[in-house]
Amino acid sequence: MTPRALLAVALLGAALPALAGEIATADRRSGYDFMSPETKAMQDDDTANPAMLSVLDGETLWTTKAGAANKSCNDCHGAVDVSMKGVAARYPAFNAASAAPVDLGQRVNLCRGQHQEAEAFAPESRELLALTALIARQSRGMPITAGGDPRLTPFLARGRELFVQRQGQLNLACANCHDDNWDKHLAGSSITQGQPTGYPIYRLEWQGMGSLQRRLRGCMTGVRAQAFDFDAPDMIALELYLMSRARGMTIDAPAVRP
Amino acid sequence: MAAALVNVPAKARRGAVIEIKTLMSHVMEPGYRHTAAGEVVPRDIITSFTCRFNGAEIFRADLYPAIAANPFLSFFTTASESGKFEFEWIGDNGFVATASAAITVE
Repeated sequence: MTPRALLAVALLGAALPALAGEIATADRRSGYDFMSPETKAMQDDDTANPAMLSVLDGETLWTTKAGAANKSCNDCHGAVDVSMKGVAARYPAFNAASAAPVDLGQRVNLCRGQHQEAEAFAPESRELLALTALIARQSRGMPITAGGDPRLTPFLARGRELFVQRQGQLNLACANCHDDNWDKHLAGSSITQGQPTGYPIYRLEWQGMGSLQRRLRGCMTGVRAQAFDFDAPDMIALELYLMSRARGMTIDAPAVRP
Repeated sequence: MAAALVNVPAKARRGAVIEIKTLMSHVMEPGYRHTAAGEVVPRDIITSFTCRFNGAEIFRADLYPAIAANPFLSFFTTASESGKFEFEWIGDNGFVATASAAITVE
């Protein structure tokens, strides 16, 4: 073997382990890129995007006083388009009090408990989706930054572990579809890479809004596994891993998805 | 909470054809579905949509159970004079929602 060929083999050897199974940064694509032109047009026009109805609800809730403290989000945070700019891009984030990551919905509920002294919104409730949609809307066009905090390292590792763990009667890991076969179809639908750039989303199949957790539970049911409970630590770890896997991609929330 | 998104151009030239887009928040429960216990989920849909311009009706649509949640309706009209569009959605269980938008015709 010539020295040049040896060098090429050595470089290949060095490059391969880093890429094994994972999608190269240049090949990453948002769910938006897999959609039909009609669905893209629906998302792009704020007066046709049904998720904007949820954002409208969120704007009302933002300024509505609630709880024993009789405070609205606006009373502490001020205008949402200033105070919440870029916030959704860095969630799930580390919460020092619980020494664990919390996602955006949990963060809203923590705020409700601690500062408004109000009852937490139920997972997937209209109110929680409306507030998270409103907050996520303020990060539209910004790059995802989640997972950068070093305190999140063990949770990221757990999320990655769950992502490659086979589960359910079909014995499939997330990675089997979304890392290895994202360029193919399952029946008529694109498999996609599972890049969570637009949550909460308006999903046409649901005819309604839903969080990333709802979407993940749908996938788990699809491989006939026992879906994680809402807000379970493993659910948050998986969300965290997915967001960090999409780090640098652009937020397009609140998105429309088929 | 009924929320509507209405898109009407703020300005138009006289005689121009303009597009009006409306999106209404509604579950549009068709009345054909059953709960896990086997009970029918009662029908709850928007049955009628009307658009008036300066009091005169210019567009009307009847809606039926097969129409998806959060109905999106778009239609065209000719900008004849400045004025106000009024939109009204009427549905089951006494549902009524209204919205309006003004246009300046030059």
